[in-house]
Amino acid sequence: MLTIEDLHVEVAGSPILKGVNLEIKEGETHVLLGPNGGGKTTLLMSIMGLPRYKVTRGKIYFKGEDITNLPPNERAKLGIGIMFQKPPSIRGVKLYQIGEVSLRGKEDGDRIKSYAELLNLINHIDRDLNYGFSGGELKRSELFQLLCQKPDLVLLDEPESGVDLDNISLIGTVINELLNKEDKVKSRKSSGIIVTHTGYILEYVNADKGHVLMDGKIICDGSPRDLFEEVKKHGYGRCTECL
Amino acid sequence: MSIISPSRKEELRKLAELARYKVATYGEDIDISVFEEAEEVKEIDELSKLPPEIQDAAISSGIDITEKERAGSFVQVDHSVIYQKIQSAYRGQIEIMSITDALEKYPELEEYWWKAVRVDQDKYTAHAELYPMHGYFIRVLPGQKVDRAIQACLLLQENARTQNVHNIIMMEEGSSAQIITGCSIAPKVNEGLHIGISEFYIKKNAKLVFTMIHNWADGFHVRPRSGAIVEGNGIFINNYILLKPVKSIQSFPTAVLEGENSKAMFNSLLYGLKDSKIDVGSRIILRGKNSSGEAISRAIVADSSQIYARGTLIAQNDESKAHLDCRGILFSNDGIMYAIPELLADRAPNSILSHEAAIGPIAEEEIEYLMTRGLSKEEAVSLITQGFMDVEILGLPKHLEDYIRRMIELTQKESM
Repeated sequence: MLTIEDLHVEVAGSPILKGVNLEIKEGETHVLLGPNGGGKTTLLMSIMGLPRYKVTRGKIYFKGEDITNLPPNERAKLGIGIMFQKPPSIRGVKLYQIGEVSLRGKEDGDRIKSYAELLNLINHIDRDLNYGFSGGELKRSELFQLLCQKPDLVLLDEPESGVDLDNISLIGTVINELLNKEDKVKSRKSSGIIVTHTGYILEYVNADKGHVLMDGKIICDGSPRDLFEEVKKHGYGRCTECL
Repeated sequence: MSIISPSRKEELRKLAELARYKVATYGEDIDISVFEEAEEVKEIDELSKLPPEIQDAAISSGIDITEKERAGSFVQVDHSVIYQKIQSAYRGQIEIMSITDALEKYPELEEYWWKAVRVDQDKYTAHAELYPMHGYFIRVLPGQKVDRAIQACLLLQENARTQNVHNIIMMEEGSSAQIITGCSIAPKVNEGLHIGISEFYIKKNAKLVFTMIHNWADGFHVRPRSGAIVEGNGIFINNYILLKPVKSIQSFPTAVLEGENSKAMFNSLLYGLKDSKIDVGSRIILRGKNSSGEAISRAIVADSSQIYARGTLIAQNDESKAHLDCRGILFSNDGIMYAIPELLADRAPNSILSHEAAIGPIAEEEIEYLMTRGLSKEEAVSLITQGFMDVEILGLPKHLEDYIRRMIELTQKESM
């Protein structure tokens, strides 16, 4: 599904990613752990193709196609979707309009309504996009858009941050739906990358593989739960030994 | 023949003569003498009998030629009133006629003639008095709630002419209505001057939503002069939409909220194109107890256009409040936007006046965000712009809202 080779990325002239290699197969969910500033968000944004994240070396392949130089909208059309940690608000653009955009004309308004109901956003669909939304509402707004888009590769940036306990279970449920977790392991089609530095989301979503990203490199791979336990016990301090 | 009393007529003439060369406070000064008078045009009995190019011009300024969605219509071409009709279901609810006929029919109109706008405000008001060329009188009778919009259309079909009209809109007690006014020109017109005096009288418990859509040309000057007087519990909503190039337009309508609980809202959607010089403001004077006002302006500056967005709130009652909201986006390195909000609490220490004004580009972050949902950069800019030019602020019925939304989309496509 996704292959990243020797990826180097700069932001505003500063090198952030320094040679990332990653392979994600169809139906797999990967977790990226790592301290703040380690490059987790940069990796997601680079996969999505946001222009501020400048690839200086390496390649990104999605479904066998080199997407390294494609703009974000082309990547979205190929099947990549992202949940931002801090999405912007856009005055005058309504949440339902983005639902329609994300559906790309494939479905009618009933689907928008049912997703909004599922995410307790029925009173928000006529409101300005993300404007005045609480932390939990922002996350649900992002997931609403992803449900409409139905991407094959789901990029989730800190899905649990700023979310209260009431909301985190719902968020976990929807992420599981996006990642086809109800299906048999072999028949799952959607893949995902979950960035987390707290790891709480792993109590709600099962991931297949875990990685620790520090100082712009993936320095450790393994079972998500093992990695998370390690981090819980020792923080990222011991990880520096592997740099 | 107008039956304004000779003494009043003489008084107005003297005031107008004194103001004949009085330069307006704002906007570039125009030499009115370079424009010619237009010729008379024959009346028609159906809007569909208008020449096709005039029909197109009318449609582009919001006029429904079929009249299916309208309670009544008034059309003036150049100096001639060529059409006035009230749909049968609305007879007895409204009156529509040329102002010339109205002044003859109703002597009591004299007390409203130049009451909400001063005849000697500047050379343009003076010109309208000295060289009157009709205009419309629309009256909604007491207690009548008119459920379809009334439309008025002021058109120019000859090049390099002036059109001076004087309109009175009378909302009698307890009445409510929507009026849509389209001002437009035939394709062959590039130069000219439109002077439009509009006086609004909103009586007790009455409500008017007045929407003016302007559709001019690169070489055309426009000088509307509007004033409204709103009585107790009256509501006056004034929408102004300009989505086509113009040589210059300068307008600063004033609503005086005389009555208790009276309200005024001014909403403007301005799209500056080519070399347009647009100077559009709104002024709300709060005199009544619990009177309130709101002025919202959204402006897009493209090409070499210049937009001055003015807003003045004057509180003269201690229990009054009003808010100004002015936002602008510059699409061009050659454009200018100047937002000028003014607040004046005039011996009313407990009044509440506020404003927010912002000018800036569309944030790259917003464009990129929408791109991640599958929109191209152009589509993302278009969606954000359409959202910025928020037609919902106008408070119009859905079909008119949709119509204006389509006009904005069209303007945007043509300008990008």
